Amino acid sequence: MHMADALLSPAVGATMWAGSMAAIGYSSRKLKENIDNRTIPLMGVLGAFIFAAMMINFTIPGTGSSGHLGGGMILAVILGPYAAFLVMASVLIVQALFFADGGLLALGCNIWNLGIYPCFLVYPLIYKPIAGDGTSNRRIAIASIVSVLIALQLGAFSVVMETLLSGKSELPFGTFVLLMQPIHLAIGLVEGFVTAGIISYVQKARPEILNASFASRPLDAGISVKNVLVVFVILAGITGGAISWFASTHPDGLEWSIEKVTGKGELAGQEQGIAPVLKGIQEKTAFLPDYNFKPGVQGESKEGKSPVWPGIEAGTSVAGIVGGGTVLGLLLLIGFGIRFFKRRTEP
Amino acid sequence: MTFDKEYYNIGLLDRLSYKNTFVHRLDPRIKLIATLLYLFTVISFSKYEVVALFPFFLYPVLLMTLGEIPLLFIIKKVVLVSPFAIFVGIFNPLLDAGQISLMQGLTISAGWISFFSILVKFTLTVSTALLLVATTSFPGVCHALRQLGVPSLFVAQLLFLYRYIFVLMEETMRIVRARDTRSYGRRGTGIRIFVRLVGILFLRTVERAERIYYAMLSRGFQGDMPTLKRFRITVSDLGFAAFVIAFLFIFRFYPVSEELGRFVQGVFS
Repeated sequence: MHMADALLSPAVGATMWAGSMAAIGYSSRKLKENIDNRTIPLMGVLGAFIFAAMMINFTIPGTGSSGHLGGGMILAVILGPYAAFLVMASVLIVQALFFADGGLLALGCNIWNLGIYPCFLVYPLIYKPIAGDGTSNRRIAIASIVSVLIALQLGAFSVVMETLLSGKSELPFGTFVLLMQPIHLAIGLVEGFVTAGIISYVQKARPEILNASFASRPLDAGISVKNVLVVFVILAGITGGAISWFASTHPDGLEWSIEKVTGKGELAGQEQGIAPVLKGIQEKTAFLPDYNFKPGVQGESKEGKSPVWPGIEAGTSVAGIVGGGTVLGLLLLIGFGIRFFKRRTEP
Repeated sequence: MTFDKEYYNIGLLDRLSYKNTFVHRLDPRIKLIATLLYLFTVISFSKYEVVALFPFFLYPVLLMTLGEIPLLFIIKKVVLVSPFAIFVGIFNPLLDAGQISLMQGLTISAGWISFFSILVKFTLTVSTALLLVATTSFPGVCHALRQLGVPSLFVAQLLFLYRYIFVLMEETMRIVRARDTRSYGRRGTGIRIFVRLVGILFLRTVERAERIYYAMLSRGFQGDMPTLKRFRITVSDLGFAAFVIAFLFIFRFYPVSEELGRFVQGVFS
């Protein structure tokens, strides 16, 4: 499930971006230390493979609906965590840009949810111990199913957390979790079986591909569980700390900085030569005094009291509506105007 | 089949990005940063603001018209990916029962306003991101990333990924077509056959990667992908950057819609 830009607040978006970018930088450095150039094309082409595999649909047994492949775990098993993470990040970038899945600001969240969990948390801590040295087919199958399940649950939970911290949705925590986790349990089960199937197929047909990643491949060299844990704890600490700082002190990072700069939520523009007549109208059309406006029931409580909703006065008066309509009309005119002139100037 | 459509879409985006208009000629770095700034500004509006967001449509409208990108294509893609935002947003009207009066005798629940705000933001962010790649070639975006300090290894394999999406998708299309011609109705779309197909696709992919690697070695590959094209920041780039910054600043801090509304009301009263 991809996080979307529109549900995100700047603070959460920026923090997740910082975390994911740091992880990309770290993985690239780590990989550069012990890579043979052969891996670069392999990584790229496997990323394209994930896309291509998504295009093959299959029928989910029992339901009749169709599903497709997610991919993070397969990459981690074949390429090792660092390379797999970079490939996953690239897949998500291309998805964000070309398929408009997620968005550019939500990219940080998506890389985190779908890249970091499978590659840096689930692979070393769950897949490897269960799969062992990679000789037993059954252990590999169990390992892949369990890891895909857990990775997806973590990702879904993060989507919930990111949405709630952003505070754009009114869904209470409990409901949202109950909506997301079971859906992803089902998805994870199917994807887990598929992943297990593909890995054991590859192992039967070309065991050397998997063995290479299990044994001495330089890709695996620098990875010990302890290292991974340490890095992860540090990253989690940084991002968690930053988010909670933002979320607790300032409901909305940019909003807060604007208030600090101007002393108000928005710049007042009254001195811009607007005739007193208009001011009279503004007073006349100001909204009814007795509108009751109660803050959101539960979702809001974590954020503290945000200042008197700067949007309300601006967005809902008659002037706002008329102005909004006018702006949209003007934009249409501009758009068609440019098109018209372009067509005329072209021979 | 959705598959053909999706493929067609990514190919069309690619072709659009090689047009030669004012927007396409701008430096990719400037366009990337401008787009990110724009997205940030849009996201920064609080959840009950709708009308203040309207002026921000100007940016995608300009990119689209100056870049000669077909409107219908962008709209179609935006609608295609909207379900998740709608799914999360649609609960707002149910859960946020506070009333706001728009004008005398017309009140609306606050939840509808925040839901509408999510929809507007969604449209703005998604269309702008799409327009970025529709007006900038993907290698251009990668080059910009490289120059902005993203590790070269990452950028190199990102370029590879993009290049081979087309090749592998065509291969997949052949596989799927072969499956469909040999099966009837739902037969052949089971999970077992799917696993085999993907397995085969995977093996072919790995073998292809090996061939690519040898071909690259024989052409002198040393782990980096240099480009011949030089990107330089010109006057029009700076002009564009200044315009975007002024645009974002004015529309973020100054309630343009509202003032315009008052002005219009003043004229007609």
